[in-house]
Amino acid sequence: MKTVLTAAIFSALAGAALADGHCAAGKTLTDGTLTIATGNPAYYPWVIDDAPESGQGFEAAVAYALAEEMGFAADAVTWVRTSFDEAIQPGAKNFDINMQQYSITEERDKVVDFSAPYYTAPQAVLTTETVMAAGGTSPTMDFLKELKWGVVASTTALPVVMEQIQPNQSPLVYDDNVNVTAAIQAGQIDAALFDLPTALYLSAVVVEGGAILGQFDPNAAEDPDQFGALMPEGSALKACVDAALAVMTENGRLAEIEAQWLQEATGVPLIK
Amino acid sequence: MPDPKLSLRGVEKSFGEAHVLRGIDLNIGAGELVCLIGASGSGKSTLLRCMNGLEPVDDGAVLLDGVDIAEPGFDLGPIRQRIGIVFQSFNLFPHMSAYENVALAPRRVLQETDTARPRIEALFQRFGLADHINKYPDQLSGGQQQRVAVIRALAMRPETLLLDEITSALDPELVGEVLDVLRQLRNDGMTMVLATHEMSFARDVADRVVFMDQGVIAEEGAPEDIFSNPKRDRTRRFLASVLR
Amino acid sequence: MIAGLSTAIVVVLVVVLVPLAPGWDAVKRSFFDAETFVNTFPTLLRAFLLDVAIFAWSVPMIFALGLAIALARGAQSAALFPLRIFGAVYVDLFRGIPVVLLVYLVGFGVPGLGLPRPWNSPYIWGTVALVLTYSAYVAEVLRSGIESIHASQRNAAICLGLSSRDTMRYVILPQAIRRVVPANMNMLVALQKDVALLSFIGPVEILRQAGIFKSLLANFTPYVVAAVIFLCVTVPATRYADYLLNKDRNARS
Ligand SMILES: Nc1ncnc2c1ncn2[C@@H]1O[C@H](COP(=O)(O)OP(=O)(O)OP(=O)(O)O)[C@@H](O)[C@H]1O
Ligand SMILES: [Mg+2]
Repeated sequence: MKTVLTAAIFSALAGAALADGHCAAGKTLTDGTLTIATGNPAYYPWVIDDAPESGQGFEAAVAYALAEEMGFAADAVTWVRTSFDEAIQPGAKNFDINMQQYSITEERDKVVDFSAPYYTAPQAVLTTETVMAAGGTSPTMDFLKELKWGVVASTTALPVVMEQIQPNQSPLVYDDNVNVTAAIQAGQIDAALFDLPTALYLSAVVVEGGAILGQFDPNAAEDPDQFGALMPEGSALKACVDAALAVMTENGRLAEIEAQWLQEATGVPLIK
Repeated sequence: MPDPKLSLRGVEKSFGEAHVLRGIDLNIGAGELVCLIGASGSGKSTLLRCMNGLEPVDDGAVLLDGVDIAEPGFDLGPIRQRIGIVFQSFNLFPHMSAYENVALAPRRVLQETDTARPRIEALFQRFGLADHINKYPDQLSGGQQQRVAVIRALAMRPETLLLDEITSALDPELVGEVLDVLRQLRNDGMTMVLATHEMSFARDVADRVVFMDQGVIAEEGAPEDIFSNPKRDRTRRFLASVLR
Repeated sequence: MIAGLSTAIVVVLVVVLVPLAPGWDAVKRSFFDAETFVNTFPTLLRAFLLDVAIFAWSVPMIFALGLAIALARGAQSAALFPLRIFGAVYVDLFRGIPVVLLVYLVGFGVPGLGLPRPWNSPYIWGTVALVLTYSAYVAEVLRSGIESIHASQRNAAICLGLSSRDTMRYVILPQAIRRVVPANMNMLVALQKDVALLSFIGPVEILRQAGIFKSLLANFTPYVVAAVIFLCVTVPATRYADYLLNKDRNARS
């Protein structure tokens, strides 16, 4: 805590240049600059208009707040783009931290480092009004089992579908959100599992006649889906990032950002 | 001469610039055996191919029993059964055995199924190929392949047979055998036109010899006349060059 | 002998030197993790059966359609001119579009028109995409085979009074098909790999299953497993195709 406070003071005084005593000093790829990676493209509501530099969108806002907390002014933040694969490949990385809704899992943690979670994502069921009309208004597990499911391959949605829902037909798996919505539109799947903010966005903007069937209570889950910033294995920066996130959780800054960018998430019915 | 079986009237044929047949008039009587002789490139093969409509003629008429088969749009399908042709280069189907080569057309065209077998076996017997009936073309000598090609044509029971240098690939001791077969065929009433480079063959077997030179019929007549007493200089020169 | 010796030297160098590279430990953990290999192998093998099934039901359709297109392209008579044009357009179109695009366009597009289940299945339309592309290639291969049969064969058949249909069926095609067997074998090897493209529209075949494992385990070993399984099928198939090709070449020379 002491270091963080010192850092905060230093950052307030020193601006972009980091003093030697600062936690992150000398631990970033480029001294005095924090290089943050996001997806290509980055999606709403995590990053608005695929422009993280604007600080608009949940992850973009968290990124700048985090940077500030760590002593980097806004103009000391550099953005790069990576795919999931690039991020977990062995070898040198081109980012200090990578924020693109990486769920923290034990297996992933063996290969890369994760920060403390900056968001706990409820999983939500994206479907269509047609499916809702067929019995989705009061969703039961039995109803969910009957559905044809689709998920994005690189997310943790597949184990959730397989273990919690255990559908009668094996789910179809896609590369990205767009393909899942295309499959919903083509009537090839009935429902798909996303984190709630993504599901809300897709149902409102992308899927014609889209609807949210409900969300799973993240607090009830044994293993809730938590997003962490990804760092190279053994990153020296991890301690600084975790400390900064701890401050942001404590002082309500994270909750504030969440309320600003993910406020629609309230009011979606829970699936029991 | 009675009405000719096959009659060519002013037949013209060009391949691009090359004027290969220049006004051919020729009558072939029923049961006659006519030999075409002439230098390489003089147009013998082309003439045979025009006789069964394989090559369309540019001008003139090809009358089979008085019907012009060279008319555009004429249905040549039935004609091809009546005029068999054996090519210089055998053209057996390499993926079929000798028997299958022969049996294909009778089965598909004449709708013969079981009845063809004994007939075809007899033909193989007659041409001394009974032992080779199930062999594939690449297992046969050139001469054997040529005889299979003759059998294949005969199996369709043609009235007229066009033969393009069928002895050129035969072993010398087999030539006589084939000659005998051709004589028998003629006795059966088969009309035959035979292009050949073998003058002794033409002299021995032909009813009439036609000498072609640069796409025209330079001279025609009985073999004795052509070979012993040619009237034209170019016939004489040709014979001198080949009979040396 | 020399070949054997040099091969041995290269193998030894690779085996000895690669582990000396500074990143080797990390690479080994990410790509060659024995435990992950063993754990994911059965599931991946099962997923590969889907590849095999898609392959198996696509091949007959590809060859039937390819043959039809090849024959349409070779249609002689003037009345069949539209057929010939159709064949040419078909071949140009479907050979020109990358398979991936066609898988997406047909796999999502056609069902998007509002087909009811099960007729909107990605298996059906993904297969259609593969069949469209590969039949175009096969049509060209077959056509080249048909054209490679010397005209004298056709002449001989026609002079025997065979119809042009029978000539094609009994004389030209059997020889043409035999002649293009090696080319078609290579086509099948390519198809076996392209079957994996169907995973883009949902089906969980081996590549997708490997991708899922990769995401869950943050480890690339499942891809190595998939590669090994693929090689077990494609290497013998490619060798066999080469063998046929050589045999054919020797037979012709
Ligand atoms: N399909 C074709 N296209 C172009 N030219 C051809 C064709 N067929 C034959 N010719 C030409 O026509 C001429 C006559 O050829 P043809 O085969 O009729 O001669 P030939 O008398 O049978 O010769 P040979 O005794 O060598 O068999 C030759 O100059 C040949 O090159
Ligand atoms: Mg000739």
